[in-house]
Amino acid sequence: MPELQELVLDAVRRRGASYGDVRFTERKDETVRVKNGSVEAVTAMESAGFGVRVLFDGAWGFCASSKATEEEAVRVAEEAVAIARASAGKRQEAAELAPVKPVRDTYRTPVRKDPFQVKLEDRIAHLVEAERLLHAGGPIRVGEAEVSVRRERKRFYSTEGSAIDQEITQAGGGMSATAIGNGEMQRRGYPNAHRGHFASRGWEFIEEMDLAGHAERVGREAFELLSARQCPSGRSDIILDGRQLALQIHESCGHPVELDRALGTEASLAGTSFLTPDKLGAFQYGSPEVNIVADATIEGGLGTFGYDDEGVPARRTMVIDHGRFVSYLTSRETAAKFGQESNGTMRADGWSRQPIIRMTNINLLPGDWDLDELIRDTKEGLYLEINRSWSIDDKRLNFQFGTEVGWEIKDGALGAMVKNPTYTGITPEFWNSCDAVADGRSWNLWGTPNCGKGEPGQVARVGHGAAPARFRNVRVGVGRW
Amino acid sequence: MVGREEVLRAAKTALAACRADQAEVVVMVNDAYLTRFAENCIHQNVGESNATVNVRAVLGKKIGVSSTNDLSDKALRRTAERAVAIARLQREDPAFVSLPGPEPIPNLPKEITTVREYEPEERAERVAKVIAAAKKAGVRAAGSLSTGGLGLAVVNSLGIEGYTSTTSINFTTVVMSETSSGYADWGGRDLSELDVEALGQVAVKKCLDSRAPRAIEPGEYEVILEAPAVADILSTLGYLGLSALAVQEGRSFMNGRFGEKVAGDNIDLWDDGLDPAGMPIPFDFEGVPKRRVDFITGGVAKGVVWDSHTANREPGKHSTGHALPAPNVYGPLPINLFLGAGRASAEDLLASTRRGILVTRFHYTNPIHPTKTIFTGMTRDGTFLVEDGRVTAAVKNLRFTEAITRALANVDLIGRERRFQSGFFGGAVVPALKVKAFNFTGVTEF
Repeated sequence: MPELQELVLDAVRRRGASYGDVRFTERKDETVRVKNGSVEAVTAMESAGFGVRVLFDGAWGFCASSKATEEEAVRVAEEAVAIARASAGKRQEAAELAPVKPVRDTYRTPVRKDPFQVKLEDRIAHLVEAERLLHAGGPIRVGEAEVSVRRERKRFYSTEGSAIDQEITQAGGGMSATAIGNGEMQRRGYPNAHRGHFASRGWEFIEEMDLAGHAERVGREAFELLSARQCPSGRSDIILDGRQLALQIHESCGHPVELDRALGTEASLAGTSFLTPDKLGAFQYGSPEVNIVADATIEGGLGTFGYDDEGVPARRTMVIDHGRFVSYLTSRETAAKFGQESNGTMRADGWSRQPIIRMTNINLLPGDWDLDELIRDTKEGLYLEINRSWSIDDKRLNFQFGTEVGWEIKDGALGAMVKNPTYTGITPEFWNSCDAVADGRSWNLWGTPNCGKGEPGQVARVGHGAAPARFRNVRVGVGRW
Repeated sequence: MVGREEVLRAAKTALAACRADQAEVVVMVNDAYLTRFAENCIHQNVGESNATVNVRAVLGKKIGVSSTNDLSDKALRRTAERAVAIARLQREDPAFVSLPGPEPIPNLPKEITTVREYEPEERAERVAKVIAAAKKAGVRAAGSLSTGGLGLAVVNSLGIEGYTSTTSINFTTVVMSETSSGYADWGGRDLSELDVEALGQVAVKKCLDSRAPRAIEPGEYEVILEAPAVADILSTLGYLGLSALAVQEGRSFMNGRFGEKVAGDNIDLWDDGLDPAGMPIPFDFEGVPKRRVDFITGGVAKGVVWDSHTANREPGKHSTGHALPAPNVYGPLPINLFLGAGRASAEDLLASTRRGILVTRFHYTNPIHPTKTIFTGMTRDGTFLVEDGRVTAAVKNLRFTEAITRALANVDLIGRERRFQSGFFGGAVVPALKVKAFNFTGVTEF
């Protein structure tokens, strides 16, 4: 009896496709959420299926199904070819694929403590205690804590002979405190906002976060923000902490260096990119302090894997070199247009989606400033911490971000807390105003579990390494308050 | 697509296997196809068949939820047993009272519940017409056309048994030149009603008219917001502040303001999950029938949407049929928004504007401060300067930072035509608005 992948690849070839691949994916998620002393949700979710991607006469077709039967395998393969055939007459140039060496390999996330083996009642107890302590810092209206774990097994087979079996394990979570009063609503999160901090690691990652150890401070700061001064309006030097900088990198570097955006194929939804191909290799994106890599090989990163969903090995690529824009994130198809090899960034959200170019771990490399020295070197300014709101135009130029909290810097020392901080700018002007990046001692690899892109919509898990960095003369405190 | 009998059979199989005090099973099946184009060619063409089974088991006040996308009997039983096992390990939710009991479910007309299937060629043919219009004008079209069927069943151990189905079709296009872009969209249930040529012309015209934009100073302007822009900010407002959970947690702009003016006299905003002008669905994800909810009437704050969990926390409250699938940490949400139409034609909106901005749509709108309803976002795909009642120039895209309740208090004209704008499991039916004062805080380079 042939295996399902053989049935799929045979059907694809029989129907005349020049290339085909099939990806079987089984995803398992378990989540625990606690709110105000109650365990709000304990869930276990499973989703499995397979997706078939084909090239017929230079046009793509993709079809996916949750039913992994022999009959369905052949139907889906034939449907993928039929879909490609319908597009074939409406394309301008035939898609060509940059070469990749066929591999037969396995990859498994290194994990010290398998998160799925940690008893559910222990996970619940861990969160209940942390959430309880949030309220110890002050009168908090809403305390929330969440831990979630994921395991995804992906088996990839192509007509070129690749057979890759990967098992990715991830864990993450966080907590937040919301205080309401005086016509204000303020929130503090730990270790990060927007569901917290995630990594391709095991339960040891959750333990290292030490949620309970930080809860009281987080609750207290949310309450203190209610009576903090409003962030001043005007121009200021700012230091962004690593977490806000992770979001800044994500929105104003990670997305604009996606080559599919730059070539226009994401135009109708997320938009395009100001980093047009004529700028490659020549454009001064940032100051010489700014060095950014796309690194899918770094241990523990949320965007770390063995192979991408085209079977290209994970790699580390310099994207911004001393401020100069030197590389896009590419796929086999887009890299071929530049006569290059893919740098391995194609990923799909589960079995039902076609892979698209996604960030891996887009990391700002550490500079050489001790963080305390950097603050001492700043006469007047703002230290801004953890993202609260984000917005950027459809070419990724004009951005405006808000953070949970700001701290005034006066004569080289952190001073009073300010609330509702916002800052705005134009991407290359902003990155060219960066004159200092803190060193490796304050560098951390942050995990973002919710990057949306594509039609039909896909959510990717990506990483961003960053240490605090200083930006000069930035517009802050936008709008009426 | 998997049909009614098979969907209900799966739901009942899981329900029977769920040995709990109370149980609920939600089964969703969908076949979805999407043809995507850019740079005047089709570059992506995809299809998907999926099913999701969500089991909620209740033991006393302990709740467990488990889900799968495998409809085999073995997987359905395993998922139900896992929900019960999770509930056993859970802690009590003191606020939980009961799953909802059965109520009569309204019947939707057959034209709404019919699942229509389309071939990839039918999508490709329509896309080709937009591409042809763009090529003829010397510009480039991007966009997508999706067609899909959806089946939804909700059953619970108290006797709820609901099934519905529908077809959902969405078309968007962004047409681009070197210096400009234009936009058009459509959502509906029958591909034969999609006038792709007319929509292509709208997007092409906007693109051509907005070439070589000039930068204008940010500041306070009169503004004409076309339907996609209105739907964008109202959907964000709905997500943030129009649910009972947001009010119970004190994070809604409605808190403490029920019965008071929160918008202009001319603003009527409501949710109606049964109005065929939108994307109707007869019941929510707990099987509770949809009820109309008035949020703002004559500018006065009236109410918010409820699910069974939020309703059970307060005496005298009932679910309005706005639950999401369990465990719903977001609370009930309005997914079928309606804003009352006015009497103004598109020409009237222009004629009333001395110096203002016409906005086709917004991009990446995000709240800065939920209780003050301060949002920020960018204009996109056709932004124009209006002077003395007519469009005089294309302008570079602007960033707004504005309290939306302030904008709704400053609406001086409302369009008489309303458009359906697709959204999460539904959408919004809204007119264009003319706002007397709207705050732009930045400008971009294109």
